[in-house]
Amino acid sequence: MTDVSLLRGEDILRVAAVGLRTRPTRAILSALGITIGIASMVAVLGLSESSKSDLIASLDRLGTNLIVVEAGSGIGFGTGTLTETAEAMVSRIAPVQGVSAVGSVEANVYRTDLVPESRSGGISVRVTASSLLETLGATLADGRFLDGATDHLPVAVLGSVAAERLGLSAFDGSASIWLGGRWFGVIGVLDPIELAPTLDRSVLIGEDAAAALFDYDGIPDSLYVRAAPEHIDAVIAVLPATADPESPDQIEVSRPTDALEARAAAEGAFTALFLGLGLVALVVGGVGVANVMVISVLERRGEIGLRRSLGATRRHVALQFVGEALILAVAGGLAGVALGAAVTAVYAAARGWSVLVPAVAIWGGITASILIGGVAGLYPARRAARMAPTEALRSA
Amino acid sequence: MTEPVLEIAGLTKEYPGSPPVRALDGIDLTIERGEAVAIIGPSGSGKSTLLHMMGTLDRPTSGSIAIAGRNLDGLSDDELSAVRSRHIGFVFQQFHLLPGYTALDNVADGLLYRGTPLEERRRLGRTALERVGLADRARHHAEKLSGGERQRVAVARALVGRPDIILADEPTGNLDSKMSDAVIELLSDLHRVGITLVVITHEPDIAHRFARTVELRDGRVVHDRSAA
Ligand SMILES: Nc1ncnc2c1ncn2[C@@H]1O[C@H](COP(=O)(O)OP(=O)(O)OP(=O)(O)O)[C@@H](O)[C@H]1O
Ligand SMILES: [Mg+2]
Repeated sequence: MTDVSLLRGEDILRVAAVGLRTRPTRAILSALGITIGIASMVAVLGLSESSKSDLIASLDRLGTNLIVVEAGSGIGFGTGTLTETAEAMVSRIAPVQGVSAVGSVEANVYRTDLVPESRSGGISVRVTASSLLETLGATLADGRFLDGATDHLPVAVLGSVAAERLGLSAFDGSASIWLGGRWFGVIGVLDPIELAPTLDRSVLIGEDAAAALFDYDGIPDSLYVRAAPEHIDAVIAVLPATADPESPDQIEVSRPTDALEARAAAEGAFTALFLGLGLVALVVGGVGVANVMVISVLERRGEIGLRRSLGATRRHVALQFVGEALILAVAGGLAGVALGAAVTAVYAAARGWSVLVPAVAIWGGITASILIGGVAGLYPARRAARMAPTEALRSA
Repeated sequence: MTEPVLEIAGLTKEYPGSPPVRALDGIDLTIERGEAVAIIGPSGSGKSTLLHMMGTLDRPTSGSIAIAGRNLDGLSDDELSAVRSRHIGFVFQQFHLLPGYTALDNVADGLLYRGTPLEERRRLGRTALERVGLADRARHHAEKLSGGERQRVAVARALVGRPDIILADEPTGNLDSKMSDAVIELLSDLHRVGITLVVITHEPDIAHRFARTVELRDGRVVHDRSAA
């Protein structure tokens, strides 16, 4: 026999939308859980990607090839010191592109000569040469840096934090500070230096001035080293022995960008945690859809009976309800993707990051909602399909 | 095409339980093309059960049913669905129209499970609505219509697929007498143009307007009269 019941593809969509059309409020409410779940997952992925891209951008900008060599100071180090010739020795390592030595002198710094001794403000006085600016890739907020011409003069360049504490952030070109019991002219203020935050809290003076006024012995306590990135590990390996041939184990060598990279990794761990929470929200949303649909199937027994009487097969009825769950979930999922992207955009913009919503979050969100919708629709659809037509018609 | 539209022989239906309920107890009934039959009988006598059997909505415990010469014995659930989609039109006491959809779309749904394209369904639906005198209500939503109008829309939906037989279970049960008159008038009109009808009713007034009356009691046919 040629008699068969047929439901056209476009009509499956039409019947799947019946429930949404007859009960729109309920449809919106039941899809809300999925919207929240998808939105949180997209926002987590978007924010982590945006912040990571920000970190990577800073790493690119700062370069990962800066190495800091310091005389050991922690427990078990004790007596390590750099030598006067360390800077010259290190600069002879072939892949080293630049070295700058920084030493210290004991001196207190004040805005005026009237401030009592006790208020030293936690500012240290560091001694360096003009090459430091380039080695660190640091920039000046204002004024100029130390150079050969000013090296012997009582002039100073302020780190960003030091400038703030001294009330000289808005440097007008003619300030003086009271440093180690004498006046120093301020010739420049540095921007924050991400790779050498200790220098932000320092006042920098020239080597000749330090030697003349504070008996600076010329022995640095740190070296900032730039090396060719492809040889960086080799350079790190030979640095201790080069810097202090007598007790290389007392020398600390570190890479400041390691900290940034560790931060990126730590954020990755948080991302996984929040993604997990988003997934829980999504599953709860799916259960919500299934729940509402089961109620819907019970309320719509009459409609189901009618459709069977019009010739719908069990499969047609099942398709209608799976289709309805899919429409709910996908609509909820799309709204969630949009909401998550909006949250990412607003938050990233507020933090000054570039906005990045990864494609995997968008497709993943849509795919996840399709899966959730399909699974959520399965049980109610099965119940609807198994309903005997006479029961459905009788009880309505 | 001389075979009966419906041929029922030795039909019984038992609902499981303790004791089991024997809703139909050996029914023999033949309905010829173009007949209009009223089924009457007290509540619980098995009228709806019989109608469901005729409409392939439920399977008998024993006995045979043939629709348009085709025996339903051993047909699968999908095949029975196909029989309903092609050969049978239903009208229910509760109308079962979809709220939020127009009268026209409700009528057009009568062809939904035949795979007819939407445009064609609507075209035929318009004709069926004209037939029941509701062409001017085509765009009204189902829930905005009066009870009588709703039932006439439901009749149009049963009609739109040109079924071999229309089965109506107390079509006037939810209507006041004036509305119910309009619906019965409509059914009589359909009978006059040759449509085969089976209508369950409680009301003797309505039963009298049908050429043939079958009376059930305790699952058996106790009277089967044809007027003239
Ligand atoms: N699904 C079922 N399970 C058990 N018993 C049923 C079922 N459906 C009907 N019955 C019983 O079968 C008998 C016939 O029921 P049916 O609905 O056919 O009566 P009816 O003549 O249509 O009554 P009414 O005029 O009240 O509609 C009744 O005793 C009823 O209780
Ligand atoms: Mg009944």
